Amino acid sequence: MMEPGLYHILFISAALFFIGVYGFLTRRNLITMLMSIELILNSVNLNFIAFNKYLWPHKMDGLFFTLFIIAIAAAEAAVAIAIIINLYRSHQSIDVENAEDLKY
Amino acid sequence: MNQSLTIALIPLLPLAGFVILGLFGRKYFKKSAGIIGTALLLTSTILALYTAYEYFFVYGKVDGIYQQFVPFQMTWLEFSKGVSIDIGLLIDPISVMMLVVVSFVSLMVHIYSLGYMKGEERFSTYYSFLGLFTFSMLGLVLASNIFQMYIFWELVGVSSFLLIGYYYDKPSAVAACKKAFIVTRFADLGFLIGILILSYSSGTLDFNTLIATLTNPESSHLKTAAASTFLGASALTWGAALVFIGGAGKSAMFPLHIWLPDAMEGPTPVSALIHAATMVVAGVYLVARLFPVFSITTPGVLEIVGWVGAISAIIAAIIACTQTDIKRVLAYSTMSQIGYMMFALGVSTYGGEGGSGYTASLFHLFTHAMFKALLFLGAGAVIHYVHSNDMKDMGGLRKFLPITHITFLIACLAIAGVPPFAGFFSKEEILLAAYHNNMGIYWIALITSGLTAFYMFRLYFTIFWNKPPEAHGIKHGEGGFAMMLPLVLLAVGAAAAGFIPFGEFVSSDGKVLASNFHLEFSIAPVALGLAGIFTAMWLYKKQNSRPDKLAASFNGFYKAAYHKFYIDEIYLFITKKVLFNLIGRPAAWFDRNVVDGLVNLTGTTTQALSEGIKKIQSGKVQQYAIYFLAGVIILATLFIYVIR
Repeated sequence: MMEPGLYHILFISAALFFIGVYGFLTRRNLITMLMSIELILNSVNLNFIAFNKYLWPHKMDGLFFTLFIIAIAAAEAAVAIAIIINLYRSHQSIDVENAEDLKY
Repeated sequence: MNQSLTIALIPLLPLAGFVILGLFGRKYFKKSAGIIGTALLLTSTILALYTAYEYFFVYGKVDGIYQQFVPFQMTWLEFSKGVSIDIGLLIDPISVMMLVVVSFVSLMVHIYSLGYMKGEERFSTYYSFLGLFTFSMLGLVLASNIFQMYIFWELVGVSSFLLIGYYYDKPSAVAACKKAFIVTRFADLGFLIGILILSYSSGTLDFNTLIATLTNPESSHLKTAAASTFLGASALTWGAALVFIGGAGKSAMFPLHIWLPDAMEGPTPVSALIHAATMVVAGVYLVARLFPVFSITTPGVLEIVGWVGAISAIIAAIIACTQTDIKRVLAYSTMSQIGYMMFALGVSTYGGEGGSGYTASLFHLFTHAMFKALLFLGAGAVIHYVHSNDMKDMGGLRKFLPITHITFLIACLAIAGVPPFAGFFSKEEILLAAYHNNMGIYWIALITSGLTAFYMFRLYFTIFWNKPPEAHGIKHGEGGFAMMLPLVLLAVGAAAAGFIPFGEFVSSDGKVLASNFHLEFSIAPVALGLAGIFTAMWLYKKQNSRPDKLAASFNGFYKAAYHKFYIDEIYLFITKKVLFNLIGRPAAWFDRNVVDGLVNLTGTTTQALSEGIKKIQSGKVQQYAIYFLAGVIILATLFIYVIR
C-alpha cells in the first residue's frame, strides 16, 4: 500500500476546485451554487492542510487558517441563505436567471 | 470746514441720497423720498455756490490768472509708475462753473418733481435715480483723471438709461432707453480707445500731466507720438478724434444724435435735467477739458469739431421746425444749441483774444442750461395740464397757465437771442468768434439762429395762442407751488444770466478776457431772430391754413425734415440689412454649427460609446463570475509564464 504524497492531495484539491467552479458557472439553482462555493473553499482548506503537513510539519499555521476559513464559511453560508430566502420571498423562485434586476 | 471735504461732499450727498432711497425708499420713505432727495441736493447746491464764491473771489486767482487746484487725490489703481487711475478732485474755472450749473439745475428739477411726479408708484426709485445721476455728473465734472472721468461718464450713461426707461411698462420707453444706451455706448468705445491712445502717448492718465506733456513741443513723448502714424494721421490725431467721438455721442452730435429725440420718453423733469442741461453738454465739457491738446497739438481735429457742431446745429434746427411733439422740438433744439457750443470750441484757439470762442462756448453752456431747463419744465407743466405731448392737442393755454406762459415766453426770447435776455449775450459771442475765424461756420450759425427763433415761437404760439382759450374742458389748476417755484427761479436766471461778465471767470488760459461787445455786429442776428419770431407769429398766432400751404410748397424737403432726414432709417438699414446679414448671420452660423457642433460631438461620442459597452452590465451573476475567472486566469498566466 502506497503512502499518499503531496501531489495526490494537490490533485484532489485541484479537482475539487474546478468541480466547484464548474458547478458555480453552470448551475442555475442558488443553493447548488452555494454548495459549489463550499467545494471551492474546501479545496483551499485541503491545500493548506497538505502544505502544512508535508512542507512544515512542525508548524500549525495552516491548521489555524483552515479553522478560520471553516468559521468564515459558516457565517458566509448563513448570509447567503438569508439572501436566498429574501430572493425567494420577492421573486417566488431561487433560480439565478430570475435575479437579473441589477443590470444597466 | 476743510476745503477738500466741502468739495467732496457736493457729489457725495446725492450719492447718499441714492443709497438711502435706493435701499430703503420703497419701504420707509414712500412719501418723504422727494423731501429727502431735495434736502440733500439743496445742501449740495449751497456748498457748490460757496465753493464757487471762494474760488472765484477768494483764492482762485493768483497773479490775475485762475489756477488749477487738486485739493484731493488718491491713487486707486496703479498700473506702472506714472500710469495710475486716481480718484481726485480738480478745481478750475470750468469745473466750478459746471458744479454750479449741475447742482442748481438738478435742485430745480428735484423741487419740480415734487409736484410733477406726485403719486407715482415708484416715487422713491425716481428720486434715488436722480441722486445717482447728480452724483455721477458732479463726479464727471470734478474728475482729475481721464479714466475717473470715463468711469463717471459711464455712470451718467447708465443713470440716463434708467431714467429714460422709468416708465418701463411702456414699450416705446423701453426701446428708447435701449437705443440711448447702445448709441452712447458705441460712441464711448471710441472714447475708451481715445483715452488709451492719449495715455499711451503721454505716459499718464492724469489730466494735468497729460495736457502738459501733450502740449509741450519739447517733450519726448509728444515727438514719439507725433512720429507714429496710422492711415496718414498721427496717433495723437486719432486719439483726439476718438475722444471727440465719445463726446459727440454723449452730446448727440450728428450723426450720433438719433438717441436724443427718443430719450424724450422719460419723465419731463428728467429730460430737463439730463437731456437738456447737464449730461448732453458733457461732450462739450470733455472737449473744453482737453482743449489745450485739441487746439495746440491737433488743430485738425478741432476743425472737425467745429464742422460737426455747425452741421448738427443747422440740421437739428431744420428738423425742429417740422416736429409736432413738443418735447421732440425741444430735443432737436437742444441738439442745435449744443452744436453751437461745439463749433464755438471748434473756431477757438488757445489763449488770449483767439480764445473767445472757448469762453463763448462755456457761456452758452451756462445760459443754455438755464433757459433750456426752463423750457422743458414749462413743457412739463403744459403736458401735466393737457396730458398730451402733441402740439395739436394744445392751444390757447395762456389764460389757464399764466405763470408757465410768462416763463416760457422769457425762455423763448432767451433762446431766440433777443436782447437783453441771456441767450442774446452768449450767442453774440459765439457768432463773433465764428466771424473772426471761420466764415463758413458763421453763415451756418447765422441761419440757424433765425431758424431757432422761428421754431421756438412756432412752439410758443401753438401752445399758448392759436386756438380760442375755451377749447379745453380741463378743470384742474396749473400745478402746485413746487412746480411754479423752479419755473420762476429759472426764468430769473434765463433773463439775467447774460449780464454775468463771463470772460472774467472762464477763459481758455485762465486770464481775464474782456467781453468785446459790438452793437453794430449784433444787428444781423437780432434782425434775423425777430424775423423768425414774426414769421412764426404770422403763421401760428391764429388758426389758419398758411402753415399747411407753406409745408405743401416745400413738399419734398418738408417731408424729409419731418422724417428727420431719414437718418433713423439709414441706421436701421445699416444695422438690420448690412451688419446683421454680413456679420451677424455668419457669426451666428459659426456659433451654432462649429462651436456648438464641437461640444455636441464630444457629447454624442461619449453617448455612443457608453451605449456600446453597457451590455456588459447584464445583471447575470454567473457572467460576472466568468469575467472574474478569466481575469484571474490571465493574471495567473502572466505571473507564471511572463513575469516570473
